[in-house]
Amino acid sequence: MEVRVQAGPFDIGAEISRFTEGRTDMGAIVTFSGLVRDSAAGDLRHMEIEHYPAMTAPAIEKIAAEAVSRWSLGDAMVIHRHGRLAPGEQIMMVATAAPHRADAFAAAEFLMDYLKSRAPFWKKEVTAEGAAWVAAKDEDEAALTRW
Amino acid sequence: MSLDILYFAWVRERIGLPRETVQTQAATVSDLVAELTAREARYEAAFQDLSALRVAVDQELTEFDAPLAGAREVAFFPPMTGG
Repeated sequence: MEVRVQAGPFDIGAEISRFTEGRTDMGAIVTFSGLVRDSAAGDLRHMEIEHYPAMTAPAIEKIAAEAVSRWSLGDAMVIHRHGRLAPGEQIMMVATAAPHRADAFAAAEFLMDYLKSRAPFWKKEVTAEGAAWVAAKDEDEAALTRW
Repeated sequence: MSLDILYFAWVRERIGLPRETVQTQAATVSDLVAELTAREARYEAAFQDLSALRVAVDQELTEFDAPLAGAREVAFFPPMTGG
Protein backbone atom coordinates (compact mmCIF):
# COMPACT_ATOMS: atom_id res chain seq x y z
CA MET A 1 0.00 0.00 0.00
CA GLU A 2 1.35 3.36 -0.96
CA VAL A 3 0.04 6.86 -0.28
CA ARG A 4 1.77 9.94 -1.63
CA VAL A 5 0.79 13.57 -1.12
CA GLN A 6 2.88 15.85 -3.29
CA ALA A 7 2.98 19.19 -5.09
CA GLY A 8 4.73 17.95 -8.21
CA PRO A 9 3.30 16.02 -11.17
CA PHE A 10 3.42 12.25 -11.61
CA ASP A 11 3.66 9.96 -14.62
CA ILE A 12 0.59 7.76 -14.48
CA GLY A 13 1.98 5.24 -16.97
CA ALA A 14 5.17 4.78 -14.97
CA GLU A 15 3.15 4.55 -11.74
CA ILE A 16 0.91 1.80 -13.13
CA SER A 17 3.92 -0.15 -14.47
CA ARG A 18 5.60 0.00 -11.10
CA PHE A 19 2.38 -0.87 -9.27
CA THR A 20 1.82 -4.02 -11.35
CA GLU A 21 5.42 -5.17 -11.70
CA GLY A 22 5.91 -8.76 -10.58
CA ARG A 23 2.29 -9.20 -9.45
CA THR A 24 1.60 -12.56 -11.05
CA ASP A 25 -1.06 -13.20 -8.39
CA MET A 26 -3.26 -10.23 -9.41
CA GLY A 27 -5.57 -10.64 -12.41
CA ALA A 28 -7.17 -7.20 -12.24
CA ILE A 29 -5.80 -3.68 -11.95
CA VAL A 30 -8.19 -0.73 -11.86
CA THR A 31 -6.88 2.82 -12.05
CA PHE A 32 -8.64 6.16 -11.89
CA SER A 33 -7.13 9.57 -12.39
CA GLY A 34 -8.78 12.91 -11.73
CA LEU A 35 -7.89 15.98 -13.80
CA VAL A 36 -8.46 19.69 -13.30
CA ARG A 37 -11.60 20.43 -15.33
CA ASP A 38 -12.04 23.84 -16.89
CA SER A 39 -15.04 25.95 -15.81
CA ALA A 40 -18.23 25.87 -17.90
CA ALA A 41 -17.28 29.29 -19.23
CA GLY A 42 -13.80 28.04 -20.13
CA ASP A 43 -12.09 30.70 -18.04
CA LEU A 44 -10.42 28.69 -15.29
CA ARG A 45 -6.93 30.07 -14.78
CA HIS A 46 -5.88 27.52 -12.22
CA MET A 47 -6.99 25.55 -9.22
CA GLU A 48 -5.38 25.84 -5.80
CA ILE A 49 -5.56 22.80 -3.57
CA GLU A 50 -4.97 23.37 0.12
CA HIS A 51 -4.50 20.49 2.55
CA TYR A 52 -3.79 19.69 6.18
CA PRO A 53 -0.26 18.28 6.07
CA ALA A 54 -0.27 16.54 9.46
CA MET A 55 -3.59 14.81 8.73
CA THR A 56 -3.66 14.18 4.98
CA ALA A 57 -1.46 11.10 4.56
CA PRO A 58 -2.69 9.37 7.77
CA ALA A 59 -6.34 9.97 6.75
CA ILE A 60 -5.76 8.51 3.28
CA GLU A 61 -3.79 5.57 4.70
CA LYS A 62 -6.72 4.75 6.93
CA ILE A 63 -9.12 4.83 3.96
CA ALA A 64 -6.77 2.68 1.86
CA ALA A 65 -6.29 0.16 4.67
CA GLU A 66 -10.06 -0.13 4.97
CA ALA A 67 -10.32 -0.80 1.20
CA VAL A 68 -7.59 -3.45 1.32
CA SER A 69 -9.27 -5.29 4.20
CA ARG A 70 -12.83 -5.08 2.80
CA TRP A 71 -12.04 -6.37 -0.68
CA SER A 72 -9.00 -8.61 -0.07
CA LEU A 73 -6.92 -6.45 -2.36
CA GLY A 74 -3.37 -7.42 -3.23
CA ASP A 75 -2.41 -3.74 -3.15
CA ALA A 76 -3.71 -0.18 -3.33
CA MET A 77 -2.08 3.11 -4.24
CA VAL A 78 -3.17 6.73 -3.90
CA ILE A 79 -1.31 9.80 -5.17
CA HIS A 80 -2.88 13.21 -4.49
CA ARG A 81 -1.38 16.57 -5.41
CA HIS A 82 -1.75 19.94 -3.73
CA GLY A 83 -0.81 23.49 -4.65
CA ARG A 84 -1.48 25.30 -7.91
CA LEU A 85 -2.71 23.19 -10.85
CA ALA A 86 -3.62 24.25 -14.39
CA PRO A 87 -6.67 22.99 -16.34
CA GLY A 88 -5.98 19.51 -17.70
CA GLU A 89 -3.33 18.68 -15.10
CA GLN A 90 -3.63 15.49 -13.11
CA ILE A 91 -4.81 16.07 -9.54
CA MET A 92 -4.73 12.53 -8.25
CA MET A 93 -4.82 8.84 -9.03
CA VAL A 94 -5.87 5.64 -7.34
CA ALA A 95 -4.92 2.11 -8.31
CA THR A 96 -6.22 -1.15 -6.91
CA ALA A 97 -4.99 -4.69 -7.55
CA ALA A 98 -7.07 -7.80 -6.91
CA PRO A 99 -7.26 -11.35 -8.20
CA HIS A 100 -10.59 -10.52 -9.93
CA ARG A 101 -12.00 -7.31 -11.39
CA ALA A 102 -15.15 -6.91 -9.28
CA ASP A 103 -13.08 -6.35 -6.14
CA ALA A 104 -10.67 -4.00 -7.91
CA PHE A 105 -13.51 -1.85 -9.34
CA ALA A 106 -15.50 -1.71 -6.10
CA ALA A 107 -12.44 -0.84 -4.01
CA ALA A 108 -11.43 1.93 -6.44
CA GLU A 109 -14.92 3.47 -6.20
CA PHE A 110 -14.85 3.22 -2.43
CA LEU A 111 -11.46 4.95 -2.36
CA MET A 112 -12.72 7.75 -4.61
CA ASP A 113 -15.90 8.28 -2.59
CA TYR A 114 -13.96 8.55 0.65
CA LEU A 115 -11.15 10.68 -0.76
CA LYS A 116 -13.73 13.22 -1.93
CA SER A 117 -15.31 13.75 1.48
CA ARG A 118 -12.85 12.47 4.10
CA ALA A 119 -9.38 13.44 2.91
CA PRO A 120 -8.51 16.97 4.10
CA PHE A 121 -8.18 18.81 0.80
CA TRP A 122 -9.95 22.02 -0.24
CA LYS A 123 -10.14 23.21 -3.82
CA LYS A 124 -10.26 26.83 -4.87
CA GLU A 125 -10.97 27.83 -8.46
CA VAL A 126 -9.37 30.98 -9.82
CA THR A 127 -11.05 32.45 -12.92
CA ALA A 128 -11.06 35.84 -14.65
CA GLU A 129 -13.96 36.70 -12.31
CA GLY A 130 -12.00 36.02 -9.13
CA ALA A 131 -11.40 33.13 -6.75
CA ALA A 132 -14.00 30.84 -5.17
CA TRP A 133 -13.81 27.80 -2.91
CA VAL A 134 -15.41 24.71 -4.41
CA ALA A 135 -18.39 23.71 -2.25
CA ALA A 136 -18.76 20.09 -1.19
CA LYS A 137 -21.73 18.42 -2.87
CA ASP A 138 -24.51 16.75 -0.91
CA GLU A 139 -24.38 13.78 -3.28
CA ASP A 140 -20.70 13.23 -2.45
CA GLU A 141 -21.54 12.92 1.25
CA ALA A 142 -24.56 10.73 0.40
CA ALA A 143 -22.33 8.44 -1.70
CA LEU A 144 -20.61 7.26 1.49
CA THR A 145 -23.78 5.62 2.76
CA ARG A 146 -23.68 2.97 0.02
CA TRP A 147 -20.59 1.44 1.62
CA MET B 1 -4.09 24.21 28.76
CA SER B 2 -2.30 25.31 25.63
CA LEU B 3 -3.94 24.36 22.33
CA ASP B 4 -2.79 24.80 18.76
CA ILE B 5 -5.71 25.81 16.55
CA LEU B 6 -5.52 25.47 12.79
CA TYR B 7 -7.84 26.97 10.18
CA PHE B 8 -8.20 25.93 6.56
CA ALA B 9 -9.78 27.21 3.35
CA TRP B 10 -12.41 29.96 3.85
CA VAL B 11 -12.28 29.55 7.64
CA ARG B 12 -8.60 30.55 7.46
CA GLU B 13 -9.46 33.48 5.20
CA ARG B 14 -12.27 34.77 7.44
CA ILE B 15 -10.20 34.56 10.60
CA GLY B 16 -7.15 35.88 8.82
CA LEU B 17 -4.53 33.43 10.03
CA PRO B 18 -3.64 29.78 9.44
CA ARG B 19 -2.87 28.85 13.05
CA GLU B 20 -2.54 30.19 16.53
CA THR B 21 -1.88 28.92 20.03
CA VAL B 22 -4.46 29.70 22.72
CA GLN B 23 -4.66 29.20 26.46
CA THR B 24 -8.05 27.76 27.28
CA GLN B 25 -10.04 25.79 29.83
CA ALA B 26 -12.64 24.73 27.23
CA ALA B 27 -13.97 21.26 28.00
CA THR B 28 -15.32 20.57 24.52
CA VAL B 29 -14.89 21.82 20.96
CA SER B 30 -18.19 23.72 21.31
CA ASP B 31 -16.86 25.49 24.42
CA LEU B 32 -13.75 26.47 22.48
CA VAL B 33 -15.89 27.80 19.61
CA ALA B 34 -17.89 29.87 22.13
CA GLU B 35 -14.67 31.31 23.59
CA LEU B 36 -13.30 32.21 20.17
CA THR B 37 -16.60 33.67 18.95
CA ALA B 38 -16.77 35.95 21.98
CA ARG B 39 -13.35 37.39 21.12
CA GLU B 40 -13.79 39.23 17.84
CA ALA B 41 -16.18 39.64 14.91
CA ARG B 42 -13.92 37.72 12.52
CA TYR B 43 -14.31 34.58 14.64
CA GLU B 44 -18.04 35.12 14.79
CA ALA B 45 -18.06 35.39 11.00
CA ALA B 46 -16.18 32.11 10.65
CA PHE B 47 -18.23 30.17 13.21
CA GLN B 48 -21.72 31.53 12.53
CA ASP B 49 -22.99 28.30 10.95
CA LEU B 50 -21.44 25.22 12.53
CA SER B 51 -23.32 22.91 10.16
CA ALA B 52 -21.05 24.31 7.41
CA LEU B 53 -17.93 23.38 9.39
CA ARG B 54 -15.99 20.27 10.24
CA VAL B 55 -13.57 19.78 13.11
CA ALA B 56 -10.60 17.53 13.75
CA VAL B 57 -8.99 17.00 17.16
CA ASP B 58 -5.40 15.78 16.95
CA GLN B 59 -5.86 15.08 13.23
CA GLU B 60 -8.95 12.89 13.68
CA LEU B 61 -12.34 14.04 12.41
CA THR B 62 -14.78 14.41 15.26
CA GLU B 63 -17.95 16.20 16.39
CA PHE B 64 -18.42 19.58 18.05
CA ASP B 65 -19.38 17.97 21.36
CA ALA B 66 -16.04 16.10 21.50
CA PRO B 67 -14.05 16.57 24.74
CA LEU B 68 -10.73 18.42 24.62
CA ALA B 69 -9.06 16.81 27.63
CA GLY B 70 -5.51 15.91 26.62
CA ALA B 71 -5.89 17.40 23.13
CA ARG B 72 -2.99 19.30 21.56
CA GLU B 73 -4.35 20.41 18.20
CA VAL B 74 -7.80 21.39 16.94
CA ALA B 75 -8.50 22.17 13.29
CA PHE B 76 -11.56 23.88 11.81
CA PHE B 77 -12.42 23.71 8.11
CA PRO B 78 -15.29 23.46 5.63
CA PRO B 79 -16.42 20.07 4.26
CA MET B 80 -13.54 18.54 2.34
CA THR B 81 -13.31 18.54 -1.45
CA GLY B 82 -10.66 15.99 -2.29
CA GLY B 83 -10.42 13.62 -5.23
